Amino acid sequence: MTTNTVFLLFCAVLLVLGGIAFTLSRAKAARVRATGTTMHAQPDQYAWFAVLVTAGPALLVSALGAFVLLLMGADIPTFYLLAASLVIALIGLVMGLNQVRSDFHARRAIEGVIRKLLAAAAMISILTTLGILLSIISEALRFFQMHSFWDFVTGTTWNPGASFLSAAGRGDEGGSAAQFGSIPLFAGTFMITLIAMLVAIPFGLGAAIYMVEFAPLRIRKAAKPVIEVLAGIPTVVYGVFAALTVAPLVVDIAGLFGLDASYSNALAPGLVMGIMIIPFISSLSDDVINSVPNSLREGALALGITKAEMVRNVVVPAAAPGIISASLLAVSRALGETMIVVMAAGMRPNLTANPLEDMTTVTVSIVAALTGDQEFESAQTLSAFALGLVLFIVTLTLNVVSVFMIRRFREKYRVNNL
Amino acid sequence: MSQSFEEISAQLKKRHRRSARMKWMTMGALILSAAFLVVFISDMVVRGWPAFQQAQIQVEVSYDEQSQKLPLAAVDEDVRPLISRGFFRPLPRKMESNPALMGTTQTQWVIADSRVDQYLKGNEDRLRPADKETLQALVEEGRAELKFNTTFFTTGDSKMPELAGIASAAIGTVMTMLVTMAVCFPIGVMTAVYLEEFAPDNKLTQIIEININNLAAVPSILFGLLGLAIYISFFGVPRSSPLVGGLTLALMTLPVIIISTRAALRSVPDSIRHAAFGVGCSRWQVVRDHVLPVSLPGILTGSIIGLAQAMGETAPLIIVGMVAFIPDASISITNASTVMPAQIFTWASEPNSAFAEKTAGGILVLLAVLIFLNALAVWLRNKFERRW
Amino acid sequence: MNDTTLQNFQTQQDSSTASEGAVRGPYSEAPTPDKGQPVTRNESVEENLSVRVRDLSLWYGEHQALDDISIDIFANTVTALIGPSGCGKSTFLRCLNRMNDLISSVSIKGLVEMDGRDVNARGMDEVALRRRVGMVFQKPNPFPKSIYENVAYAPRMHDMVSRKADQDELVERALRDAGLWNEVKDKLYEPGTSLSGGQQQRLCIARAIAVRPDVILMDEPTSALDPISTATIEDLMDKLKQDFTIVTVTHNMQQAARVADYTAFFHLGEMIEYNATKQMFANPHTKKAEDYITGRYG
Repeated sequence: MTTNTVFLLFCAVLLVLGGIAFTLSRAKAARVRATGTTMHAQPDQYAWFAVLVTAGPALLVSALGAFVLLLMGADIPTFYLLAASLVIALIGLVMGLNQVRSDFHARRAIEGVIRKLLAAAAMISILTTLGILLSIISEALRFFQMHSFWDFVTGTTWNPGASFLSAAGRGDEGGSAAQFGSIPLFAGTFMITLIAMLVAIPFGLGAAIYMVEFAPLRIRKAAKPVIEVLAGIPTVVYGVFAALTVAPLVVDIAGLFGLDASYSNALAPGLVMGIMIIPFISSLSDDVINSVPNSLREGALALGITKAEMVRNVVVPAAAPGIISASLLAVSRALGETMIVVMAAGMRPNLTANPLEDMTTVTVSIVAALTGDQEFESAQTLSAFALGLVLFIVTLTLNVVSVFMIRRFREKYRVNNL
Repeated sequence: MSQSFEEISAQLKKRHRRSARMKWMTMGALILSAAFLVVFISDMVVRGWPAFQQAQIQVEVSYDEQSQKLPLAAVDEDVRPLISRGFFRPLPRKMESNPALMGTTQTQWVIADSRVDQYLKGNEDRLRPADKETLQALVEEGRAELKFNTTFFTTGDSKMPELAGIASAAIGTVMTMLVTMAVCFPIGVMTAVYLEEFAPDNKLTQIIEININNLAAVPSILFGLLGLAIYISFFGVPRSSPLVGGLTLALMTLPVIIISTRAALRSVPDSIRHAAFGVGCSRWQVVRDHVLPVSLPGILTGSIIGLAQAMGETAPLIIVGMVAFIPDASISITNASTVMPAQIFTWASEPNSAFAEKTAGGILVLLAVLIFLNALAVWLRNKFERRW
Repeated sequence: MNDTTLQNFQTQQDSSTASEGAVRGPYSEAPTPDKGQPVTRNESVEENLSVRVRDLSLWYGEHQALDDISIDIFANTVTALIGPSGCGKSTFLRCLNRMNDLISSVSIKGLVEMDGRDVNARGMDEVALRRRVGMVFQKPNPFPKSIYENVAYAPRMHDMVSRKADQDELVERALRDAGLWNEVKDKLYEPGTSLSGGQQQRLCIARAIAVRPDVILMDEPTSALDPISTATIEDLMDKLKQDFTIVTVTHNMQQAARVADYTAFFHLGEMIEYNATKQMFANPHTKKAEDYITGRYG
C-alpha cells in the first residue's frame, strides 16, 4: 500500500469510528434521559463529546508522530503510526461512551476544548513571528560564521561572487574573492526610500487634509474609493510602470537638462514607490485628522482664526503623533518594498548620492541571492538571510515606535478607532 | 475701542489669501494623486490592449504524408516564415489522432509569427523585405488580419510570444489562493474570535495582539525567507508549488483577516451578547449562534480584501521559486506552478516588445480580477452593513 | 438694578424696531412690547444695543430648529438663554458668530444685526465676525499647547501684538481678567490640558477675552464643572460684563437668576419670553415660562 492509500484508509476508519461514537452515545444519553434522570447536558452534546474524545487524541498523535518523523528523521513506518492512532481512537470511543452519565458536564467539556482550540489558533501568529525570527537568525548566524559581522556592517563593497558579477556585466573581475559589505545596499535603499517619502508624505498628507478639512462631502465620497483603488494595485504592476514608463521618461527629462541618467536610475523606482505609498499615508492620516476632536476646531474658529491657520496651528499639531506614526509605517513599507526596485532599480551596488545613477537595494540583493542556481549552503544565499535580519530589525523598530506614538495620540483624545 | 468689521476685514485679506492657497494646494495634492491613477491606467491600457489581439493568416494547409514527416511542408513556401512555429509542431500528432484529415487540403486561419503580429500592430519591423511583400499581398486580400487573441487566455507561458498566455498562471493563482484561504481563513477567524470573545486580559493576550499588529507590517519578502527556510528546507514541501506559495501567503494574509474579523466582531453591540447570556446561553453558544452570524458579512469583506492582497503579491513567491516557466497548467498543489503577478514579472524581464505587450495585457487581466474582488467586498459591506 | 415699567424703556428704544410692526407669538398673556425687546427693562446707566436679532429661523435640512426669534441684546449685560434641552438655545447662540456655518445642512432666514451690519450678509466675513464675537464652549477645549501659547496664539495671529513684551503683557492681562493668573503664573509653559476642568474653562475664557471681542458667547460654560469652579466662573461673568457683552446658555435656572441681567426662555425652537431676569423669575408673563421656572417640566 502506498502512503496515500494508508492515509485515506485511516481517515475513513476515523470517520466511521466518530459516527459510531456519535450514534451510540446519543442513544445511551437518550435512554438515560427516558428513565427520568436529569442530566447536565443534552444528548447531542454527549454525542459530540464522544466524537471529540474519539477523533481528537488520535489526530493529535498522528500529527505529532508525523512531525517527529520529519524532525528526527526517526524511522517509524507510517502504517504503524496510523494503526497506533486508531487504537487510541478506539480507547477514546470507549471512554466517551463511559462518560455518558447524568453527572457529567458534556457541554462544559466541549466548550473547554473549543476554547483551547481557539487559543491554539491565536498562538499561530506568535509561531509565525518566531518562525520568521528563528529561520532568519539561524541562517544569518551561519552566514556570520563564514564572514565577519564587522565587515558586513562597515564594508563598502558588495561583491558576493563571480556569478553575480557576470550577471552585472563585470565578469572580468570575477576572480576576486567575495566581499559582503552591506553599506552600498543600505545607501541605495535609503536613497530610494527618501525619494519615495518626499513624494508620498506631502501628497498623502495634503490629500488627507483636503478631504477632512476642505472637501465637500460629495468629493470626499468620490475620492475615497479612488484612493483605495490606488492602494489595491499590486506592487509588481507598479514595478512594470516604473521600469517601462517612468524610467525612460526620467532619462529623457534628464537628457533635456544635459544630465546623463541610467535606465535603472534610482529616481524612477523612488517616484513610483512614493505614488504607491500615497494612499497608505493619506488614509491613515485621514483617520487621525478625523479623530482630532471638533471642539478644538471650533475653539480656534471662534477666536477669528482662518481655516488654514486652524489646520496648520491646531489640527496638524494635535494630529502630529498620528501623522508621524503613519509616516514611520510608510518608511517601513518603503524599506521592505521589493518588486518595484527589483524591476526598476539597478543590480549594481553603488555608493552614490546621485539619484540618476543606478543603485541597488537590500531587497534586490535578497532576491538576487536566492533566485540564482545557488546552493542553499553558499555564502551568497545565506547573505540574503543576513540582509533579511537587518531589514526585519529595522522595520520592527519602526513599527514599535509607530505603535507607541499612535497609542499616545489615542490616550490624549480617547479615540478608540485607531 | 473695538475695531469695525471693515477694519478687521481689511486686515484679514492677506490671511484669507493664504487660507485659500492652502485649500488649493491640498486639493492639488488630491487631484494629482487621482490624475496619476488615470495616467497609470491609461498607460497600461494603451500598452496592454494589443495583447488581446493577434495576427492570424488564412492559409491552405495540406495534410499529406510529406507534411507528416516535415510539418513545414504543409503550407506554401512563401507564407511559411510568416506563420508561428507553434502551429507546425503539433501537426503530425494532429494527423495521427485524426486520420480523416489525411490527404485533404483545408483553408484555415492560423496564428502568425510574432514578427508579423508586431509589424501589423505597427510596433517593430523585423520582417525580411520579401516576407513583407507577401504579407502586404495577404493583407490586401483580407487573408491576414488582427483578430481577438483567444490564445492569450487558453495557453500557458511560451518562449514564442504569439503562443504565450496567462491560463497556466491563472490556474496557479487559483490553486495557490485555495491553499491560502483554506489555511488562513479558519485560523484567522478562530484567532479573532478568541481574542475578542474569550481571551482573558493578560500579558499573553497583549503579546499576541502586539505581535499581530507587527506581523501586519513585516515586509512581505521576509515571509518568503520564512517559506524558504521552514517550509522548503525544513519540512521538504516541494519548491515552486502552490502548496508552499499558498502556505507562505497564508501567514502573510493572516493578520489582515484577524484584524478585519476583530473589527467585525467588535461592531456587534454588547446588547446582543447580553440578551443571549440572559436566556442562558454559554459563551460559545453566544458566539456561534448570535455574534458570528451577525458579523459574517464583515468577516467575508475583510477576507476578500485579504485575498485580493495575497493575489497581487509577488516578492515572497519569487523567493519560494514560484517564478517558473510553466507552459502547461497543472491542477495539483504540489507541482511546479506560477501565479499571475509572477507571470507578469517574468514577461516584464523579457526584452522583446511582443512580451512587453503581454506584460501589460496580463496586468489588465490581473487588475480586472482585483477590482472585481474589491468591488465585491464593497458591495457585500454595503448590502449587509448594519447600523446599530 | 431697578425694575422699571415698560413705558419707561420704550422711550430709549432703538428707532428701527418701531417699524417692525405688531408682535406675534407668545406674548399673548403679557402687555406686548415691540418684539425682541424685553418685557421689562433694567435701567442701567446707559444700555446700548449690541446685537439685534429679528425673525431668525433656522433649519437643519428639513427640521426647523429655530422659529422666528427676535431679541435685542444689550451691551455690557449678561443675557441668559434658558429652556429645556433641545429647545434651540445653543443653536441660537451659534447663530450669533456663525458657528452653524460649519454644518453644511443648515439654512438660515432672518436678520442678525451687529454694528448696523447683517452678519449673515454675503459680504460679511465670518472670520471678522468671530473676532468680535468670541465663544466659550460647554466642555473646556484648550489647545494642546502651553498655557501661555493658548492665550497668546490668537492675538499674535491677529497682529495685535508686535513685541514679545507686549505679548507677555497681553497674556498676563487676559489671565488676570479670567482670574487665573495667580494659579498659573509659575507654570505658563505647561500644557493647557494639564489644568483642572475649572481652570481649563477659565483658560478658555482668557483665550477668548485676549482678542478683545465685543461679545462673548458662553455655551453652558459650567455644565461640565464642579460647584466651586462654577461659582468662580459665575463671579467672573459678573466682572467681565464691564468690558464685554455676555450671552450665556444655561441649563441651570439658579445660575441664570444669579448672573443674568436679562433672561430669554426658549421652548421647542421658539422664544417664549424675554425679560429682565428679576422680573422673569418673580413674575413670569407666560404660563410656559412659569411652569418651567417652577420646575413642572424641564
